[in-house]
Amino acid sequence: MLKIENLSVHYGGIHALQGVSLEVPEGKIVTLIGANGAGKSTTLKAIIGLIKTSGGSVSWNGKSLAGMPTKDIVESGIVLVPEGRRVFANLSVDENLSLGAYARKDKSAVEADRARVFKLFPRLDDRKKQKAGTLSGGEQQMLAVGRAIMTRPKLLMMDEPSLGLAPLVVKMIFDIIKEINAEGTTILLVEQNAKAALMAAHFGYVLETGRITLEGEGRQLLADDRVRKAYLGEAL
Amino acid sequence: MDLATFLQQLANAASLGSLYSLIAIGYTMVYGILRLINFAHGDIFMLGAYFAFYLIASVALPWWVAFLVAIAITSLFGIALERIAYRPLRDSPRISLMISAIGASFLIENLGVVIFGGRPKSFASIPLFDTVVRMGSVQVLSVSLFIPVITILLLVVLLFVVNRTKTGMAMRAVSTDVEAARLMAIDVNKVISYTFGIGSALAAIGGILWTMKYPQLNPLMGIMPGLKCFIAAVIGGIGNISGAVLGGFLLGFIEIMVAAFLPALTGYRDAFSFILLILVLLLKPSGLLGKKQTVKV
Amino acid sequence: MKTRNTVLTGLAIAIFALVLWLADKNLGGYAMRILNLSAIYVVLSLSLNLVNGFTGLFSLGCAGFMAVGAYVSALLTMSPEVKEMNFFLEPLAPWLARLTLPFALALVAGGFCAALAGLVVGIPVLRLKDDYLAIATLGFSEIIRVVITNLQGLTNGAQGLKNIPKFSTTWTVWGVAALVVAFMALLTRSSYGRQLKAVRDDEIAAEAMGVNVFRVKVTSFTISSFLAGVGGALLGHMITTIDPKMFSFMLTFNILLIVVLGGNGSITGSVIASILVTVLMEALRFLDEPLNLFFFKTNGLPGLRMVVFSAMLMAVVILRQRGLMGDQELTWSGFEKAGLLPRSKKGASK
Repeated sequence: MLKIENLSVHYGGIHALQGVSLEVPEGKIVTLIGANGAGKSTTLKAIIGLIKTSGGSVSWNGKSLAGMPTKDIVESGIVLVPEGRRVFANLSVDENLSLGAYARKDKSAVEADRARVFKLFPRLDDRKKQKAGTLSGGEQQMLAVGRAIMTRPKLLMMDEPSLGLAPLVVKMIFDIIKEINAEGTTILLVEQNAKAALMAAHFGYVLETGRITLEGEGRQLLADDRVRKAYLGEAL
Repeated sequence: MDLATFLQQLANAASLGSLYSLIAIGYTMVYGILRLINFAHGDIFMLGAYFAFYLIASVALPWWVAFLVAIAITSLFGIALERIAYRPLRDSPRISLMISAIGASFLIENLGVVIFGGRPKSFASIPLFDTVVRMGSVQVLSVSLFIPVITILLLVVLLFVVNRTKTGMAMRAVSTDVEAARLMAIDVNKVISYTFGIGSALAAIGGILWTMKYPQLNPLMGIMPGLKCFIAAVIGGIGNISGAVLGGFLLGFIEIMVAAFLPALTGYRDAFSFILLILVLLLKPSGLLGKKQTVKV
Repeated sequence: MKTRNTVLTGLAIAIFALVLWLADKNLGGYAMRILNLSAIYVVLSLSLNLVNGFTGLFSLGCAGFMAVGAYVSALLTMSPEVKEMNFFLEPLAPWLARLTLPFALALVAGGFCAALAGLVVGIPVLRLKDDYLAIATLGFSEIIRVVITNLQGLTNGAQGLKNIPKFSTTWTVWGVAALVVAFMALLTRSSYGRQLKAVRDDEIAAEAMGVNVFRVKVTSFTISSFLAGVGGALLGHMITTIDPKMFSFMLTFNILLIVVLGGNGSITGSVIASILVTVLMEALRFLDEPLNLFFFKTNGLPGLRMVVFSAMLMAVVILRQRGLMGDQELTWSGFEKAGLLPRSKKGASK
């Protein structure tokens, strides 16, 4: 379980996170929604150690992640699929997947996972040897998810997986997220697409300018008037 | 110009081109990973030559041992340089890095003057490399034949490491996107150290081979070759290893051939590389083998 | 507020002029030479600061433009007899051999030619980014040097020029330096100065706001070249001998050192650092001579001075990246805030 208590982050001269607390119970899908600039990406980057925190604590299964280098955090099972895919454009699809498994030592299991990724995303199999930079946006997102699967994460964090993707592709990605979760992976999902996120998630938190303003079960938040007005675009 | 002289010059060009390639590779690898022009790279080339010199002259090691040890020491030196002069500036603007590199370059050169003395030293003669080989009417030093062969061998090995090993893949990942590489649990610091180590080793080999062919050592000997080899790397496409080799050979060729066929322009010899550089930067900034980089806003 | 500042500035200038006059009267030639050299470095460092610090362009072409200014001014002020003595290998082109102009005119002409060179170099090269710009300008600087070395009939090639008239007196160099400082102060506070900083901070945003980024860069580069040319000319007229070898990358490096130490983007920083570094360079000359500290004897280690300087540069850039002043200036308001001046009745000031 991931536990964040009173997390404070100063980033680029702004007090980006002002005392954020949230929990990601094991095996669940938790989503963090909010408007642009609310601090969602900052939260994920702070967890994975790409950004320094200025207060509060982040712990994974009781162990504090404070000050740990990203490499060690990832090796302990926490993986981030960053915003904008960030696949390695100069490397082939296959190599991108191999990089996902960079820290793993169990060769045969890695190959099994690779086969599984290609089964989930047949289009990636077709483009195995192509450079990742030549893929379309949707394919790159598939590659990013596939690469994340190759890490066999315990906690999978995703930063705006739906961004810039066609609705059908978004649906496919979310279906796969649910499938991965069903197999036991805990998921922390950051999304601007509040509707899709809240429909998929067990729990949700709403982040507004660095603070958590609402929390509850996914279904509850979907029905909440404040959420509907601010993020779901539904008239009262 | 008769055929013999032409072939002679061709052989010279091949040697010079190879030497330039070896040094250019180091530049391009470091730039690919850190987006840094390692101004001190030419001085590392100089250090390789001097370490070999002292190991043979003062420590009296057999030449092949001296060479290997010199390469190893120089490689470690390059790694140390990165740790001291560049790592602390990892998150600073690129200009600070460049200034540090320039400072490091001057520091090493002047330390060389202080420690080694400014007067040129002569490298010992090694029979294997010093024999004159006769092919028809063409005469070359054996070292001139060794150099291109060694360079191509090294290049093959290097390309294999970069394209087909896990470490090489990590290096390419870090060159593409450092942050994303971190997310793959790649030890970015280790990869960077590796890159400096390999680049410096190649520069050391270049330095040693250079002094076999031009046996005069002086602490400032790395300045011009260093600058020219950076230009070679840019011409070939900075960040691209094959491009560095191509650029190195091209530059070596042009330099020797112009001096041979247009002797009146010899005074301008050093300016050629710069003129070529500026032409490339203006016409095809990504270099001969480079890809266009677009900046996303 | 403004009157107070003007009065204070005027007072400061007057005091400085007095100090200069006293120094001129009382200090020996050696000390004055160092002091005057600092003035020249003030001009040179401000020229580099304009492109690097204020416009954010990493240019390493300083030495080349200095060379142009120095040669032009020298050739235009040397008498025909002196020229004939110099050009013994190959005679100077007749139209130039007969031409002798007054110093002020030659100085401006030198700056002008350097500015022209800056324009010619700048237009193609300023499209490049960061490191490529640095290498390209360095390349051009070297090309200029090689060309000068080879144009025997115009520049006397590698022999250089000797017996250049010694026009760089204390008042001349410090007068020019003061003019340049004033010019820079006005420039950076003008709307043009704001454009410069906008280009430095975020080119794309500046372009989006309607700033003609390329034109701003070229203008800044050209002005900087002009100043470098003037500085180079003053240098020539002070040490009376110039040759292509002295306008090497090492010279650019020295000026870069001053700019970085003083703070990239601070006028006062450059002024202070110019004086400090010039004095230090001389003071540390002993390092190159035989040393006789009681526990440590050396037989003269030439190069040790540069070792110290390079180490200094690296230390500053690694440990205190912003240099002495960062991009701040010494202002009267700053003194006020520090409590050295009585606070004005108008309350807190910026």
